[in-house]
Amino acid sequence: MRFSRKNLGIPYMLFLILFVIAPLAVLVYYAFTNGSGQFTLMNFIGFFTNPNTVGTLFYSLAIAAVTTIVCVLLAYPLAYILATSHFRAKSVIVMIFVMPMWINFSLRITALKEVLTFLEGNLAMHPFLNAVIGMSYDFLPFMILPIYTTISRLDRSLLEAAADLGADEKTAFWKVTLPLSMPGVISGVSMVFLPAMTNYVVLDMLYNSTYIMGSLIGSYFSAYNWHGGSMIALILLAFICLFTLLTGTGEDANPRGGSAL
Amino acid sequence: MGNETVKSENIIELRHVMRQYDDNGFIAVHDFNLEVKRGEFVTFLGPSGCGKTTTLRMIAGFDIPTSGEILLNGKSITSLPPYERPINTVFQRYALFPHMNIYDNIAFGLRQKKVAKDVIDRKVKRMLSLVDLEGFEDRSVSTLSGGQQQRIAIARALVNEPEILLLDEPLGALDLKMRQEMQIELKAMHDRLGITFIYVTHDQEEALTMSDKIVVMSEGEIQQIGTPEDIYNEPKNAFVADFIGESNIFGGIMTGKLTTRFCGGEFVCVDDVPEGTHITAVVRPEDVEITKPENGTIRGVVTAVIFKGMHYEITIQSGKNEIVARSTRSANVGDRVGICLEPDGIHIMIAEDHTNTFQVDINKDYRLEYNGQLLHASLTKLIKGGKRQEDGTIIDANGEVIDLSRIRVMASIQPEDIDMTDNQEEGLIQGNISNLIYLGSHYLYIIHTELEQDFAVYDEDLWNMGDRVGLIMPTEKMSFTIKK
Repeated sequence: MRFSRKNLGIPYMLFLILFVIAPLAVLVYYAFTNGSGQFTLMNFIGFFTNPNTVGTLFYSLAIAAVTTIVCVLLAYPLAYILATSHFRAKSVIVMIFVMPMWINFSLRITALKEVLTFLEGNLAMHPFLNAVIGMSYDFLPFMILPIYTTISRLDRSLLEAAADLGADEKTAFWKVTLPLSMPGVISGVSMVFLPAMTNYVVLDMLYNSTYIMGSLIGSYFSAYNWHGGSMIALILLAFICLFTLLTGTGEDANPRGGSAL
Repeated sequence: MGNETVKSENIIELRHVMRQYDDNGFIAVHDFNLEVKRGEFVTFLGPSGCGKTTTLRMIAGFDIPTSGEILLNGKSITSLPPYERPINTVFQRYALFPHMNIYDNIAFGLRQKKVAKDVIDRKVKRMLSLVDLEGFEDRSVSTLSGGQQQRIAIARALVNEPEILLLDEPLGALDLKMRQEMQIELKAMHDRLGITFIYVTHDQEEALTMSDKIVVMSEGEIQQIGTPEDIYNEPKNAFVADFIGESNIFGGIMTGKLTTRFCGGEFVCVDDVPEGTHITAVVRPEDVEITKPENGTIRGVVTAVIFKGMHYEITIQSGKNEIVARSTRSANVGDRVGICLEPDGIHIMIAEDHTNTFQVDINKDYRLEYNGQLLHASLTKLIKGGKRQEDGTIIDANGEVIDLSRIRVMASIQPEDIDMTDNQEEGLIQGNISNLIYLGSHYLYIIHTELEQDFAVYDEDLWNMGDRVGLIMPTEKMSFTIKK
């Protein structure tokens, strides 16, 4: 057989089939079948008619939304100040904020748990608050980095142009910097919002017994209800696709985009 | 002319403006003085790094002078922020807002001034027709070509009806044909609108074509201010002559009233410079007349002929000198020819003194050092009645020990006594070639050293701009003086 460049793609093709397409096919198969292997829409209908599952969906959405808002509010001013300051050691400061990412996850959350226990006493009293605090703590760096990057890459001459045309610093920020840093915010949001809906390990480790989407799927699988669990996973996947699509089209209009997804 | 009329004529004045960068102490602009009349088209012309853009940025307000004053209509605007100045800028890379459509880009300035919507509408439409882009209101910036973006940038600045329009190499990113078209359009726009234009470019042709007044700059200083004709025909120094148009530049001496000798021949000139003065003679290639060998003031051999469309560019070697001529008649390589120069084709400038003077250090052993290297020269001999004592200190004629902190030793060396070498370690100091001018028989190089000094060096060989070289400076060719 003659060697062709196409052959170089074979390992990746195999990887794709083995780890992406096959699991997805299995997921779809289980989601739309019942215990005896027959096609059914019951899992789908079941999810939206069960008040518990729908409640969990909205509860997860609420946690994810609040977490994302908290992260944006914390990350944007910090990223802005760091990106625009002339401070020499600013990359060091960025690193300090990102450094928790390099510390083992469970260690980090355990430490947070101790702090929260000290402050609140019984952690079970504030499940929603603790979930938001835990998620925000965990995902903040993912919000800082993309915003910091977009703002520091912002063409300085655009701000000079704004000043030249009569805009003071405040106006220039609202009219130029903020809109042009939106791709960074969007890419930060997509990296925080979706994990915040599913990452139930954070909740588990904070002795939080409330359910979010991730824990819901887990509970279905540990009860050997693979069909119901697969459907929930599929619905979540649909959510993610929808979200990416929405934010993705928003970025196409902007040539300065650069999404992490 | 009364003082008051002068005031109202000058729209902007720069007085002793200096800009030094805080981080490295580099002086980008040095003692800049300029008066611009209302409605003038002024061009700052110079190579990159000459300070022209920094000066423009200080007028716009993006940069604040370290010292000096900028007056607009007689009032100081030196430290006014850019958004309070009635001045608008066309940026080098346009700097159009990518998240806004064309209409919003142009309307940006007017909206800041809270102009009524219908007025904005009318003005934006008029601007779009002025730059020939009617109907582009809703287009996004990224769908426009470079030339179109340039026009939008001009429209965005002009719509505010600024008193001064600043243009920072606005045509640099366009291709040649587009650039020539835009030059003509900009000039026409200037004539029609009557707004003062201050234009920055490194392209001498662009400057000559468009300007009423050209400010030639080099290394942060003004070399010459004048009309394009002045600058071309009467360059003030070798730098200007070399930068504006093609020139033959020769070193020479005045041999009598209105006679001068350079390039191995004696020529009659029109500039009255005292006899014996060292001069630099500038001859434009079109003023070099090629004759039969026996009719020429000097003779030479043709070494190269290049066809340039309108004319031939003929290079002639005469002794050690190379002369470039422009002629409509061709010649053959190897031809023996004569050269004649009309008196008014020779521009005489008093030669600049290129002697290099620099401070040398005295180390703790009372020996002279430069750049950490010992110089083989005796400090003792420089001091009247100086004597070296046993402990190494030096006493003067009165027997007092010399206080090293109170004296400075200056060394000077002629440019022809310095040698450049690729082997940087060999040199007393290292630096980069920051400027070169061909002076007929040799090149004049300016070497910017690590110690932030500039050395002038004559060398017959061609080196490249930016080359890193070592400078060999024999101590025996240096002369030393002591300053207290």
